[in-house]
Amino acid sequence: MRRTTTIVIGAGQSGLAMSKHLSDRGIDHVVLERGEVAHSWRTERWNSLRLLTPNWQSRLPGFAYSGPDPDGYMTMPEVVAYVQAYADRIDAPVETGTTVTRVSRSGDGYLVATDRETWACRTLVIASGACNVPVLPALAERLPQIASLTPFQYRAPAQLSASGVMIVGASATGVQLAREIRASGREVLLCVGEHVRLPRLYRGRDIKWWMEATGMMDARYDEVDDLDRVRRLPSLQLIGTPERSTIDLNALRAAGVAFVGKLVAVDGAKAKFSGSLANCCALADLKMNRLLESIDAWIDAKGWADSFGPPCRYEPTLIAPNPLLELDLKAAGIGTIIWATGFRPDYSWLDVPVLDRKGRLRHTGGVVASPGMYVIGLPFMRRRKSSFIDGAGDDAADLAAHMSAYFTRAAAA
Amino acid sequence: MTTMTMKSPTKTANNGVNVAALLGARDSLSKAPAAAAFKWRVACEWVNGTHSRSAIGSFFGLGTDQPRKNTFTVEADHPEVFAAEDQAPTPVEIVLSGLASCLTAGVAAVAQNRGIQLHSVKSTLEADMDLQGILGIDEDVRNGFSAIRVHFDIKADATPDEIAAVVAQSQKRSAVYDIITNPTHVLVTVN
Repeated sequence: MRRTTTIVIGAGQSGLAMSKHLSDRGIDHVVLERGEVAHSWRTERWNSLRLLTPNWQSRLPGFAYSGPDPDGYMTMPEVVAYVQAYADRIDAPVETGTTVTRVSRSGDGYLVATDRETWACRTLVIASGACNVPVLPALAERLPQIASLTPFQYRAPAQLSASGVMIVGASATGVQLAREIRASGREVLLCVGEHVRLPRLYRGRDIKWWMEATGMMDARYDEVDDLDRVRRLPSLQLIGTPERSTIDLNALRAAGVAFVGKLVAVDGAKAKFSGSLANCCALADLKMNRLLESIDAWIDAKGWADSFGPPCRYEPTLIAPNPLLELDLKAAGIGTIIWATGFRPDYSWLDVPVLDRKGRLRHTGGVVASPGMYVIGLPFMRRRKSSFIDGAGDDAADLAAHMSAYFTRAAAA
Repeated sequence: MTTMTMKSPTKTANNGVNVAALLGARDSLSKAPAAAAFKWRVACEWVNGTHSRSAIGSFFGLGTDQPRKNTFTVEADHPEVFAAEDQAPTPVEIVLSGLASCLTAGVAAVAQNRGIQLHSVKSTLEADMDLQGILGIDEDVRNGFSAIRVHFDIKADATPDEIAAVVAQSQKRSAVYDIITNPTHVLVTVN
């Protein structure tokens, strides 16, 4: 049995930012990592993926991008090198190749069993990520004999047969895969439910720049109207490309991607799609326009209209009058289905009763419902930016401060 | 908080919807999901020809049968071109009415929640149907609607985009819209 004050599970950007703030406060800790630093970035991404946030925004505590292309988007090898450089810079106490197999409550702390040795700690920080397991709808089991992939299994179009591809889900993953697979010459059918449409650039700046400048990314979890809703929002339809391209449904349509509504049923070889596509697109268009209006209003309030390009609005999403409601997948030449239907965290190793009935961690701004337990890196955990690289620092600072106070209270008790 | 987050209802509007009660119900049911399991019931009896009469009374919800002050009656028949007596709307028209009413209720509730005062909410609905389906002429033609078009004409103290957003949100949260746009299991038994 080894002992330390705090165990951090996961050496991605969140775990490392936490490590930095724990070190700054003199809190003795170890970061346990199942693989290498930035393991998910190394192993669970398709080949062409780039960050959806610009390089300048990949800030970590005491660390920032200093390369030649601040407006660009890092490739995965660049992200891995960047996060590794951060781990080296802060000299994070990472134990790599150490998979946590069970966490349980013990005395006034926790026992952390791993595939190597068992640790005892007072406090625990879960920094193992929000996207450990692809989520598939229940109907996925009933599909006919068609090759089926999750985004974790997808690497590049070359691994797919030459036949058509149905991609289920039109958020960040789905639209990016649709673009690249269509560009490889394959027919692509995209199943579209609710989604968040955004232009890559607006009035000459990255949309991420606007979301930060206007304060949106710093919006706090205890200030929003419906926290549950914002935490469940689909990921943004964005792609990081050297051309800084927009990837909305209109762009995909122009590239030859076909659309149907949300996949709602499978009946033999037939897939059925919701008749709600038009409204899903209307919701996304209206929501995008509200965001652009608020950016314009912010610029006007600052009196900076002359400093940026002119305001503009984009074409409403163009949808065929009667999209297919039903399709015989085999007859239509669909040879591959890709489930871009989201991800969830994996807490199968967590033997402490802190999950709700939906399997989500019960926490308040990252302070988990068990003494001395914390989580970091979940969507809108403390701020809208919580699940982004740029959000790790502020959340880690808050949680490290909370932990210090917890130790102080415990010592006084 | 910035202008970029959802605005809270600072404007006061009265559309006759008790939003506080609805939000309270949402809050309590999220803590006690079993109480959210409702069952809706209709009892229908054949009258004559294609004419039938449905009685709609109690329903099940919040863990118990919920009685009603009234038992409502909905009649249905078919028009004369179907060689029927046209004593009441056709069932498919009642479905359209159900969709319209569900969306309209949603418009009122969403507008109330967003502080938007409504002055009038009118809608017209039109649905396409190829009778070759129900008459069994062409197996490739479905029985039901091939498309439904709903047009809202809304007068309210709000911008056109705000009104459009209310209508979009009402679709997103409408039971009848969901029943019509997505498949539902239907299990029919006989005594």
